[in-house]
Formats: sequence, C-alpha cells, structure tokens
Amino acid sequence: MLQEESDLSLIIAQIVQKLKGSNLYAQLERQAWGSWEKRILKSLNSMCTELSIPLARKRPVGEQKELLNKWNEMGTDEPDLSLFRPVYAPKDFLEVLINLRNPNYENGDSLSFRTHLGLIQVPLKVKDIPELKEFFVELGLTTGQLGIDDSTQVPPELFENEHVRIGQKVLTEQDSAAAQQYIRQGSPTALRAELWALILNISSHPEDILYYEQLKTNVIQHDLLVDSLIYKDVKLTASNDDYYFVFEDYLYQVLLCFSRDTSVLSHFAYNSASPPKSYIRGKLGLEEYAVFYPPNGVIPFHGFSMYVAPLCFLYHEPSKLYQIFREMYVRFFFRLHSISSHPSGIVSLCLLFETLLQTYLPQLFYHLREIGAQPLRISFKWMVRAFSGYLATDQLLLLWDRILGYNSLEILAVLAAAVFAFRAVNLMEVTSLAAAEAVLADLSTLKVMPLLQIFLFATVT
Amino acid sequence: MAGKVKWVTDIEKSVLINNFEKRGWVQVTENEDWNFYWMSVQTIRNVFSVETGYRLSDDQIVNHFPNHYELTRKDLMVKNIKRYRKELEKEGSPLAEKDESGKYLYLDFVPVTYMLPADYNLFVEEFRKSPSSTWIMKPCGKAQGKGIFLINKLSQIKKWSRDSKTSSFMTQSTKEAYVISLYINNPLLIGGRKFDLRLYVLVSTYRPLRCYMYKLGFCRFCTVKYTPSTSELDNMFVHLTNVAIQKHGEDYNHIHGGKWTVNNLRLYLESTRGKEVTGKLFDEIHWIIVQSLKAVAPVMNNDKHCFECYGYDIIIDDKLKPWLIEVPVPCDLAPGHPTASLRSCPAPTLRPQAGVGGDEGGRMRTDDQVNASPSLTSSTANDRILKYNLINDTLNIAVPNGEIPDCKWNKSPPREVLGNYEILYDEELAQGDGADRELRSRPGQSLGPKGSRLRDAGRTVLTTWK
Repeated sequence: MLQEESDLSLIIAQIVQKLKGSNLYAQLERQAWGSWEKRILKSLNSMCTELSIPLARKRPVGEQKELLNKWNEMGTDEPDLSLFRPVYAPKDFLEVLINLRNPNYENGDSLSFRTHLGLIQVPLKVKDIPELKEFFVELGLTTGQLGIDDSTQVPPELFENEHVRIGQKVLTEQDSAAAQQYIRQGSPTALRAELWALILNISSHPEDILYYEQLKTNVIQHDLLVDSLIYKDVKLTASNDDYYFVFEDYLYQVLLCFSRDTSVLSHFAYNSASPPKSYIRGKLGLEEYAVFYPPNGVIPFHGFSMYVAPLCFLYHEPSKLYQIFREMYVRFFFRLHSISSHPSGIVSLCLLFETLLQTYLPQLFYHLREIGAQPLRISFKWMVRAFSGYLATDQLLLLWDRILGYNSLEILAVLAAAVFAFRAVNLMEVTSLAAAEAVLADLSTLKVMPLLQIFLFATVT
Repeated sequence: MAGKVKWVTDIEKSVLINNFEKRGWVQVTENEDWNFYWMSVQTIRNVFSVETGYRLSDDQIVNHFPNHYELTRKDLMVKNIKRYRKELEKEGSPLAEKDESGKYLYLDFVPVTYMLPADYNLFVEEFRKSPSSTWIMKPCGKAQGKGIFLINKLSQIKKWSRDSKTSSFMTQSTKEAYVISLYINNPLLIGGRKFDLRLYVLVSTYRPLRCYMYKLGFCRFCTVKYTPSTSELDNMFVHLTNVAIQKHGEDYNHIHGGKWTVNNLRLYLESTRGKEVTGKLFDEIHWIIVQSLKAVAPVMNNDKHCFECYGYDIIIDDKLKPWLIEVPVPCDLAPGHPTASLRSCPAPTLRPQAGVGGDEGGRMRTDDQVNASPSLTSSTANDRILKYNLINDTLNIAVPNGEIPDCKWNKSPPREVLGNYEILYDEELAQGDGADRELRSRPGQSLGPKGSRLRDAGRTVLTTWK
C-alpha cells in the first residue's frame, strides 16, 4: 500500500517535472532556433543578391532538355561554382550551441551540472554508463556481434553462420520489429540493404517510383539556388572521398530531388525548428506569397551530402536509394543539425559526449581543456555527420546498423568518447589544439564495435 | 652469415630505395659484387643474353625471370594460354571441358584474341560472324594504354591485312605486331563507370609453382561515364582505365586517383549482389591467375636466381565473369609531392598502442605526382604507401631475413613474413595434399563455393575462403 502511494507520487512528480521542463525547453528551443534560422536565411539571401541569382526560377525548355540528357552524369560539366559558398559549416553551428543558455535554469537542481566544464551549458538529462550499458545491452561482451565475432580468426560456426540464418528468417517473415532487434548485433553485408528497408518500412511500390519521377521532373523544370549549394557540397566532400567518389552522380540525383520534396516538411511537426520561408519576388512580407524555401524546408550545410553517400553502397536503384535516404533523414539525421532537447538531438549528444569524457576520463578531459583543446571542438564534426567520411565504410555501416537497431543516435556520442579513450595516451602528450586534431585526424583504421564494447563494458567505472 | 646485402638498381625510385635503406643494405654499382639487383626489363635482357650475359652466383638474386615476356607480352600470353588449353584437351583433362557451343567451361578467361598480321585471315572470319562487335587493337610492345584503339569496321585495320599492297610494315617485326581482342563491351559498371582490377602476384618459382597474391589490390575507374555507343569509340576516357590515360581527363582527381580498394569492391558487391556470387567471383579471379601461371610455367626459364612480381589487369563483365586482360610487369615506381586529403592528415609520431584499433601502419596522406602507369607508379598518397608496402613485403619473401641470399634455399618463407601477401598457389603443398589425385583433376561442374574445389586444387586457404 505504502509502496503504491510513494510510487504514485513519484510518477506525479515526474510528470510535473516533465511538463515544467518541456515548457522551458520549448521556449529555449524556439528562441535559439529562431535566431539561428534568421542567420541562415540572411546568409542565403545575401548570396542571392550578391550573385544576382534568384532563389528559384523556371528553366527554359532548351536547358530542360539538356539536363534530362545528362541526368545520369551531372558530375561532369558542372557550372561555375567558385562564387558559391556553403551556407554554414558544422563549426558555425557549434558556436550557436555553445551559446545556448537556459535563462530559467534553477541552480538548486543538479549540483553536478555546475561542475560541468564542457562547452555545452544546457542542463539536459543524459545517460551515464550504467544506463548506457542497460540500453545497449546487446553490445555486451557475452553477446555475439558482427564487427567483432565475424573476423577471420573466429570460426564462422561460433556465431556468424547462425546469425546469418536468423537474418534470412527475419527477412522471409518481413518482421520489421524483429529486424530492428536483430540488427543490434549487426547486419551481414548481403542482408543489410533489405534489413534497412524493412526497418524503415520502405517498399518499392509503383507509386513511390512515380513520386520520385515526379520530383525528377520538378528538378528538370525548375532551377533552385540551393541546387548550386548541393553541387558545391558534393564537389567539396563526396567527390574527394576515397570510398564515395564513384557515386557522385547518384548524390546529385538524390539531393536535388530531396530539396524539392515537400513531404519532408511533415517532419517539422516533431522538429522544434520550423522551415525557412521566403517570399515571391516583390511580395516581401505578404504571408499569402510566402513559400517554404527550399521546398523541403532543409537548407544543406557543408557536408550534407555525406548523409547520402554511404547508402550508395547498398542501393543502386535511384528511387529506392532516395526513399531510404529520405526516411533516414526524417527519422534521424535531421536531429543532428537542429536544436532540440530530444535525447538524440545534437545538443544532448554533445552533452552526453562531454559528460562521459569528464566523468570517466577526467585526467584527459582536464588536460585537453588546459591546452585549449575542448574535446567537443574535435568530435562535433564526427557526430554531426554521423561519422560519415571519417570511418571506413564497412565500419560506418556497422555503426548505422546500431542506430537503426536502437532507434537512437546516442551511440554516436558514445563512439566519440570511445575514440578519445582509445587515443588517450597520445592525447595526453599533446600541447595544442592542432596537435590534438592531428592525433584524431585519421579514424579510417578504427574498428567500431570493439571500441564501443570496451568503452562500455570493459572499462572500470 | 655476416655482411650486409649489397644492392643495385637502375630504377631510381624512392619506394624502392627507401626499402633497401631501411634494411641497412649497402648500395653498390653493377660492376661490383652485388647480391640483389632490382632491374628494369632492358637490363634483365642483357644479363641473360647470349652475348652480353653473365653467370649469376649463388648469392645473387634478380627481380625478373629471363623470359618473363612469355607472360607479360600480350601476344605471347595468349599464345601460351591457347597452347595450354589444347594440351589439356588432348590429355582429356576435365579442366578442358567445353560446353555445347564449344566454349571452354573453366578456361575461357581470355577474350578471343588474334595476332596481327599473322592471324589476319582468321580474324576476318571471326569478325564476319558477328559484324556488329567491337574489337580492341593493342600494340604488343607498348604499355600504359599507348597506341590502343577500338574498331568496329574491317576497314579500320586494313593496313594489317597481309595482302594489303599499301602496307609498308614488316610483317614479322615484333615491334609493329598487334593483338586484336574482342572488346568486352558489357563491363560491370559501378556508379555508371567502367573500371578494371589491378592485382599483384609474386612468383618465387615456376617449377614447382609457388605464387602469392597481394591482398591490397585496387580498382581503377574511368572518369567518364561508360557508354557502348559507337560514337564514343574514340573516347579513350570512356574505355581505357589506364591511369596514364585517365590522368589527362578533366575530371581526374588527384586525391583518390579514381581508385578503390578491392575490399571496397567486395563490400559493394556483397551488399548489392549477395555473398555467394561475390565469393564465386573472387574464387574465379584467383583461379584464372593460377591457370595463367600454369600455362606459362612449362616454357618459363625457372632460373633459381629469379623472382618476379606481376600486375594482373582484370575486367569484370556485367555477368560477374572476370576476364584476364594482360599481365604487364610493373616497372615504373614514381612517387611525388605531398598535399592534404579529406579523411586524414599526417599524424605526428604516434606511440603505437596495443589494442583494438587495428591500426595498420597509418595512412599518411601525401599526394603523389601523377606519372606513368603500369602499376608500381604512385599516383596518389595511398598509392605511394601501397607500393612501398608491396615492395617491402615482396623483399621479405624474396630475400629471407634481409640477409645475403642463397639461391639454393627452398623458397618457402614462414607464414609470418608474408605481410599483405597470402599464398595463392603452392604446387608442392598441393601435390602433398591430394597425393593420389591428379593435380589437375577437379570434381564437379561449377566453380562452387569454398571448401571442396579448392582443397582438390591444392590451394591453401585464403581469407576469402574461410
């Protein structure tokens, strides 16, 4: 009886806290996002005026024909992009996050936060290692993993064969929930494309293909300023990447369509941000002439195309690739570049990273702080890109398996901390931010799963 | 045995010289007493020629077999393979089995090829059978894509006709000899582009055959989208994957050099096509390499002072069938100048850490000046490191313990020194294994997955066959 009562009051207290919190945070989010959004739009508009290019225009017929002809090889013969610059880069966004403050924060609440020495100053709740161990229980030392137990030294009978068999069964039964549970232990390469599609509920119905074709037509008919930004981004990032340069043309096909896809707007319902708006020429400020710009409400930043690139290893049919990417974006990636209090939002991830480091590697953390190398300054770009372009592709795919499996991006913060832990010895010896960056510059040889496992389950806490 | 290895080379390239120096070897000249000579193909000709040649002593090793051209010249390679197939057929070996249309089931891995002008008439007969096909003309004595062109009309090669009155060319001159092969116009495309595979194979002895495959091969992509359209037959950027050609294209990228590792290819194929077919493809690739070596083994001068590292060029068609294109000897080893790259940048000296990272020797990114292919030329940062490690591992196998060699040794290095090489085929081991089986006999029809076929062919397990 007594237990029930105290349980009840606990629950009530939690609800009250949540409501209180959410109001605070909602305010915080709107304010912060509002000013950031203004900045981005300003940047976009000024680029527009400087270069005398409209945000959008209809293409003349000749140009349409030409584009249709070279739809499969837009990588060659690109326009002059030298005057375009990305609207923003991850480090600009980091500055915004660093300056987030909650004016209504009550000091009494959590003493531990006062001693938080990282860059993020917003007291969001993040998991500690015991909670992470519970959350990521399938990554434990006694559970088989792809990325560890499929290495050449381990006989396949011990884990791999059976795991593959189960995967095939899950696919035959088309059980999405089972797939999500299964993939926590990693996906066999041959089954991954189908498993991801199953988990994301993507199936190629004729209407999906038609929808993609419609977007393509849209691209052919109208030219957007944002297109040039996309081109520039692909040329700067994916085209120079050892793994992804091959797929350059697919990236254009996906991203140009993506920016015209108004169905993406629906994700703003659960995203605290709001899509940027623009006005038809000459009608500035008149609401009835306001349109979302770009049509999908997402302004690409430097490195955006790297969200799509790894998917090209799995899907080579454009409309399927497109659907998978879109779903990954509205479920996960958008959280990496918008301000929210969601546990998978970038703010929480940053805080989780810093807290893990400060709590479990305090010496390293203090040392880096002392030399002016706040760890978040280095790891931020990894997390914003979900490690795409930093890890070898096979490792990245194993990591993204777990993002899907746990429906959470927290693993990115844990991996970032694990990387620092792994290179701790060398990091303790550096004396500048540049040197720290150099130690952590090359992640391409890292094996993700052993790092995560050791950090979570084999380190003395 | 005291004394340092004395080395000579007539190829002034840092990936070589750095490797010699790091072993503490001593540089000498050709006229002095040397133990190890990394020579160009011209020099090997002189060493073994009747007039200018000399006897090598027991403590001298060179990096070419005297008549390596049996494998590395396009026309001779094809000739040897054709001869090998006929021999097997005569013996009634199951390897030489043919299908209903007369094509070899297991030995059809070289595109139909003729020598010109010698086989001109035979070629014309074949050409007329499928007049819409495309053929590729390659000069026998040249490399790096030089002199190659595509044809789809007989008139384009009139001057090679033996009866041609306008031909001013010496029919027997090997310099002007060409091979003409059926062009593989349905290559496997990735990202819409054609690519080929470059794999390195080290042969330490031909009889018994002992060869090693370098695990870190790579794919070379064309910068331009592939099209079989006849209007683009002249566009070498579409068709020829040689870096020497591609580097002149507008879109050539000096950071990645249009190259993928074989592991990337594997990951891509497994993800999009499935594990079995990918495994089968790689099995077939290993198979055709071994068969090509077996084909030339009988005619190769198996001089015990020699070893050789070959670069195999292979194209995969859209049915996932690999084709052996040629086996040039990598001779150029040019490195270049540094730049930065996206994924990593030079790290300060790291204290090596034990543990899980699996860090392999770092990836220092220094971009290399593009120079001519074939293979041992470095065109990007990764490339330079690859070539350096390739030579390093090659030397570890060819010159055991880095000590003064004795060419009478059994040429069986311990597993630990293989580095990134793995045993591709060891005839001695194979004969030991299936002692009562004919080395060439094989059960079954299809190139099945792993296990059985390989055990019978006597191959030691590679990581592809777990």
